[in-house]
Amino acid sequence: MELNSKDLLEIKELSGDEINYILDTAVSFKEVTGRDIKKVPTLRGKTVVNLFFEPSTRTRTSFELAAKRLSADVINFSVSTSSVTKGETLLDTARNIEAMRSDFIVIRHPASGAPHILAKNLRSSVINAGDGAHEHPTQALLDMFTIKEKKGRIEGLKIAIIGDIAHSRVARSNIYGLTKLGAEVRLVGPPALIPMDIESLGVSVFYNLEDALKDVDVIMVLRLQLERQGINYFPTTREYAWLYSINTERVRLAKDDVMIMHPGPINRGIEISPEVADGLSSVILEQVTNGIAVRMAVLYLLSGYGERVV
Amino acid sequence: MNLLIKNGHIIDPADNREGIADILIQDGRIMQVDQNIPVSPDVELIDATGQLVVPGLIDMHTHLREPGYEYKETIQTGTMSAAAGGFTTVCCMPNTKPVNDSQSVTEFILHKACTEGVVNVLPVGAITKGCNGDEITEMGELKKAGCIAVSDDGKPVMNSLVMRRALEYAKMFKLPVISHCEDLSLSKDGVINEGRISTELGLMGIPNASEDVMVSRDIALAELTGGHIHIAHVSTRGTVDLILRAKENGINVTSETCPHYLVLTDDAVRGYNTNTKMKPPLRTWKDVEAVRKGLHDGTIDAIATDHAPHSQEEKEREFDYAPFGIVGLETALPLIFRLVEEGVLTLRELVLLMSLNPARILGIDKGNLVIGATADITVINPNTTWVVETVNLKSKSKNTPFEGWKMRGKVSYTIVGGRVVYRNGR
Repeated sequence: MELNSKDLLEIKELSGDEINYILDTAVSFKEVTGRDIKKVPTLRGKTVVNLFFEPSTRTRTSFELAAKRLSADVINFSVSTSSVTKGETLLDTARNIEAMRSDFIVIRHPASGAPHILAKNLRSSVINAGDGAHEHPTQALLDMFTIKEKKGRIEGLKIAIIGDIAHSRVARSNIYGLTKLGAEVRLVGPPALIPMDIESLGVSVFYNLEDALKDVDVIMVLRLQLERQGINYFPTTREYAWLYSINTERVRLAKDDVMIMHPGPINRGIEISPEVADGLSSVILEQVTNGIAVRMAVLYLLSGYGERVV
Repeated sequence: MNLLIKNGHIIDPADNREGIADILIQDGRIMQVDQNIPVSPDVELIDATGQLVVPGLIDMHTHLREPGYEYKETIQTGTMSAAAGGFTTVCCMPNTKPVNDSQSVTEFILHKACTEGVVNVLPVGAITKGCNGDEITEMGELKKAGCIAVSDDGKPVMNSLVMRRALEYAKMFKLPVISHCEDLSLSKDGVINEGRISTELGLMGIPNASEDVMVSRDIALAELTGGHIHIAHVSTRGTVDLILRAKENGINVTSETCPHYLVLTDDAVRGYNTNTKMKPPLRTWKDVEAVRKGLHDGTIDAIATDHAPHSQEEKEREFDYAPFGIVGLETALPLIFRLVEEGVLTLRELVLLMSLNPARILGIDKGNLVIGATADITVINPNTTWVVETVNLKSKSKNTPFEGWKMRGKVSYTIVGGRVVYRNGR
């Protein structure tokens, strides 16, 4: 088994076997991150460029640590969105970076499909670290890794994803991944935040949270983008919280051993109550820890592609 | 030089003529249409055996980009592209820089067309000053200067009262009001059709309702005012229904669609090719079927290209940031030929939709091959097969989603006012 691809752009394009292969590889890297000396020489001499067109602390740091623990050199390149619309094009920026001999470009961009432009035009391996409302594949991989680690499997699990599905790349990547691995995925949110025809991806849609939570194994809470309020996606965060906030009482509707996930950053008291976020069922911080192992696995597996071609 | 087009298969719906005949052209006009017109030495001969001879195609929706956006297209390159596509007349939209909302811009365009253009150029003036949607233009002066219709194309007139006044005022001058129907509050940040594909790609969607709502409003205003509304680039099944009903009720409404709404769906956007980004967006197969049916049953009167050139730099962007629009003059005819081959349309309907009906809508004496008419003629070889390669396009811009498509049917001669302005390959 190998990951026969230069880039990681979408979970959609991966098979269930490929997803499992990445997750299995991440298990051994997690062991590395638990050691006293958390470093292996796997990518020594390779250069990873984090090219971030959106502010991000968590994902960028996670990729940076993953690369460093594989002994790669890491450059962080943050581009303010104001300079995106004028001046240099994305492709020109990326070509300049590649001219400095990058091996990996990790890109986060507000426009869906931006990583695809780079993948098509560059020799470097391109890793999508979140593009618009499209996909965030490594987040889904770390979510699936965490579920598998806790539950031992994904197949047959009932998983509810709650919140702004319409604008969420985390939701899309998880929908593709979890359904490929045989989970039953339920989406929950007000109609304006559920995108059209999403059922065609093999999921079910609920507007009522209580109905959706019945007997679920996993509750995945999405971050509510507060700026959506007032442009009529929903009237107020107050009413949103009343309808959709995950609190202790609602968690009781799920299975006893339910796990609570959130990709962060959390709006405490809005989409999730502090007791639940910090409670025993919460795996939110473990998700962060696992993110490094999963990203190490992705970097490692993609590096194999280059060597085979050369 | 006089011309004799010999042995072509003539299709002229205006004269109800279909069959093999010769056409003699003298001094830029059609002198004779008959069997076996004798060849004489002072006449240039075009052997059209096995080819179609039709009234010159008329594109009532073209963006020539000049003045202001000469890096995208000029009147010269745009009309060369038109000639290569078999169009003898193009109507250029007013969203140039400056906007064509005055006599002086109209005169500039006509002067350029006269000195550098290769086909007839008929300007469309703006509905509102600067296409800003606020104050209507001096349509009397625009008409006098040479405009044949008014439109704020690219932008809808969002204020319904302004649209009402425009329809009332344009009626005096018999100017059709061409409406780009889009409720901006519904399309908002949308970049593709709202549906399964927008959900999958994580791109913001433009619902069908954004078009349907405005078509509905414009039909109501046409009924109220008695003005002539022409619905541009129909893309939804809802619009087809609305127009059908309006026509049944005797409202003065006409409409056009574009080749891409007849052969592509939003499926083509997968892979984020920015040359599949246009407004209105590519819709679903259900819409394509309804629009095709509308063409066949007469609900939709015309096929226009909405030729919208953009430079490579502009289109080689993130999908969200790339401008809307694709070039279309050189691919329109073979794409509609496909529909003829598939049995969706007849050749006669093709000529109606691409020549005679546009002429009728605009109230111009074109789109026919009757004796005495200006000799605007297109000769088409229906059997030539070719592959769309952007390097071969005459347009300055290459933003087509049809690159690599195998086409059947190619223009062999485009004749404008009795002069051959394009020969296959040149």
